[in-house]
Parts: sequence; structure tokens; C-alpha cells
Amino acid sequence: MTFIYPTGSNAAHPLPLSPDYKSSIKRAPNKPLIPMPHTLSELTGPVYGHETVREGDNDLTTQHSGEPIGERIIVHGHVRDEDGRGVPNSLVEIWQANSCGRYVHVRDQHPAPLDPNFTGAGRTVSDASGYYRFVTIKPGAYPWGNHHNAWRPAHIHLSVFGYSFVTRLVTQMYFPNDPLFPFDPIFNSVPDEKARARMVSSFDLENTQPEWALCYRFDIVLRGKNATPMENH
Amino acid sequence: MQESVKPDGITPSQTVGPFFKYGLTPTGEYAWNDAFTNSTLTPDVSGDRIRIEGRVFDGDGVAVPDAMLEIWQADAQGRFADPQDKRALPNASFRGFARCGTDKEGNYSFETIKPGAVPDPAGQPQAPHILVAVFGRGMLRHLYTRIYFSDEAGNAADPVLALVPADRRATLMAVREAGKPVYRLDLHLQGDNETVFFDV
Repeated sequence: MTFIYPTGSNAAHPLPLSPDYKSSIKRAPNKPLIPMPHTLSELTGPVYGHETVREGDNDLTTQHSGEPIGERIIVHGHVRDEDGRGVPNSLVEIWQANSCGRYVHVRDQHPAPLDPNFTGAGRTVSDASGYYRFVTIKPGAYPWGNHHNAWRPAHIHLSVFGYSFVTRLVTQMYFPNDPLFPFDPIFNSVPDEKARARMVSSFDLENTQPEWALCYRFDIVLRGKNATPMENH
Repeated sequence: MQESVKPDGITPSQTVGPFFKYGLTPTGEYAWNDAFTNSTLTPDVSGDRIRIEGRVFDGDGVAVPDAMLEIWQADAQGRFADPQDKRALPNASFRGFARCGTDKEGNYSFETIKPGAVPDPAGQPQAPHILVAVFGRGMLRHLYTRIYFSDEAGNAADPVLALVPADRRATLMAVREAGKPVYRLDLHLQGDNETVFFDV
């Protein structure tokens, strides 16, 4: 199958400059992006990093000698293309704060405790149907200095590759019904309400494991459409 | 299993944030291993080994200490390590992808090989180039740019450079240091010397 990557799909993304998110003000280009046709360089992409994924790297609760503190959760879903097909063999990397809203990163000075049993990094590769699955701890909300009383809604950072260099995606997965959504300039940097909703996971009772962990489903949709859609019909 | 549901659009991008290092570029400083390094080099790779280095700056000319750069490139024969590139791959273990976080002074560097010419959609050669994706705190979506090499005669006929106003092409040109296999290119996210970013 030959994939095409219409740039119109990028309208779902935030604009580079979103002044309510103050860090964007000096880091967004002022000049317009220059359109160009996709060449072999853009249409290809790395099938790489998979060999570094070790068994258990998708379970963030078993990386240390003890279990991390917090609410154990399952996060799973499919990596899909714009036509809804699963994207197989895609590297998915995640990183997140612990249950108290504190990152391991040395520059995070939020006065909440670190958890010696939680680093907060994981990775996996989507299977032949595009399916991926992580076990982790529900991250906490945390304050940040963007404006008075600014708090980030709880989120998990994701990095996904897909078929080509132009399908590369770094995003954040949120949890349903977070009361902080209306006040978060990063979440609201996505102009379209339906597009914002695609960053919010759904509670998945069917796959919640009794006596063990709640489950959330999060499908990741990457750029890419079949160049000749009729051949499927 | 929701296998056939057609999505109503792609998942929007969000910033990589300030705290990605322990997950994406730990480089020995955190209890997590690296999926990628800043080198594409493999023992069997052919071609001229080079280093590309520079700094990343914001619109005030202040160094950006929390950016992440990823590169994607062809091998010295202009072939990509991707099944979509149907041509033979003489460098079997070369992948052509690398990742680097900037340091406190905004420095990045890559160890790689000089790529060969890659055909454009019309079959005409593009000058040797490397694709770059730039991520960072404050960047809600990553930016795409290209690295070209100032000592390549093919630049004059490159179809992508031709789309760039002449007075901005220098922002894409890594400049070779005299007598060393080292190229330098600074990236400016904003401002008078703003790097050319592409809408791809």
C-alpha cells in the first residue's frame, strides 16, 4: 500500500504560537513555514529502536525493587492511520510524573515526594494490528509557573513514530473529565474541540482487571492515508 | 475491537515539555536505557564520517537548553534504511536515525556520515541533506527543517532549496570547519536569523 500524507491533516495540531502558553512566545517561528512536496526523504522513516525494547519495558510498575505508590492503571489502544488501519511495529515511548505529580527530572522542583520505585519511563512496539499496552501508575496533577495558580491536568507524554518521518508525533494523553481542562493553555492550544477530545483517554471497564487495575483506552491516530482508497473496496 | 472505525482526524501534537530527558535522552544520567543515541554510525557503514554540531537559540538569542533534535538521512549512496526505498541497501546495519538533547548552553551534536544524493519525485537528484525534527518546551508541535552542506556543488540545483528565498538559504547550510570533518549549524527558532522550517 502506498501512503500519502496530506498536510491539511496538520490542521488538528496547535499553532506554534499560542500566547497563553508563555514558553511558546519566544520559541515559535515568526515566518511562515515553507511548503514543499514530499520526497523520498520525507516519505521514509526509521524502523529502529525496536531492538532496544526489552521484555517488561511496557510495565512501569516493575522497574525497581518495590512497587510504586499510587493507583495502578493499564493504558492500551491502537496506533492507527487516518483511514483507521492499525499501524504495526511502531515504537511507542512514554514518560510521566509519579502519582504525586513529581517528575524524576533533576529540574523538577515541585515539592512533592519522589518515589524510589518509580522512574516513569516506558516503551513498547505496536503489534501486527497496531495494538500497544502499558501498565503504569496514574500520574498526579502538578503546578507550573505559566500563570497564577497554574496546574497541569494529569497526563502521560507519548512519542510515536509510524511509517515515515512526517508521521512522527509527540503528544500527551489526558484522563477523562479532568476539572483542569478549561484552565490549561497546553491542552487548549489545540483549536478544535473534537481534536482536543482525541487527546483524552476513555475509561475502559471491560478491560479493567478486577482486584488489580483500572484500564484506560487511548487510540493514537497518525498521519497517512491510502493513496488509492478504491483498491480496498 | 474497534478495528474498522474511521478516525475523525489525527491525534494533535503537544509539547515534549521540559522533563523528557529521563525518558527520551537519558544518556546514562537516569535509571533508563537509551533507545537512540546521537550517532548513526555502525561498524560496517561506508562513506565519509562527519560530525555536525551547533546550538539552538530562541527569539531573544538565548540558548535553548531543553530542545531535542532528531535526524533522518540516507546512507552515502543516497539510500534509506526503509522497506519503502526499493533500492538495494549495501550498508545493511546503517539506519540513518539519531536523537540528541541540547545541553545547558544549547549545544547539540551528531556523529554520522555524509549522505548521498536522493532523488526528488521527478527523479532529479536532491543535494545531500539531512532531515531534522526539532522538539522542545514551548514548542507545541515539532518543527521540520533540513541540513545541507555548504561545500556541495549540487546545492545550486536542489529543488527544495529552490523553494527557499535566496536570502534565507544560509540558515540551512552546515559550514565545514577548515581541515576537520566537522560541520557547524546553529538553529534559530525565531528572529532575524530564523531557521527555515518546512510545512510537510
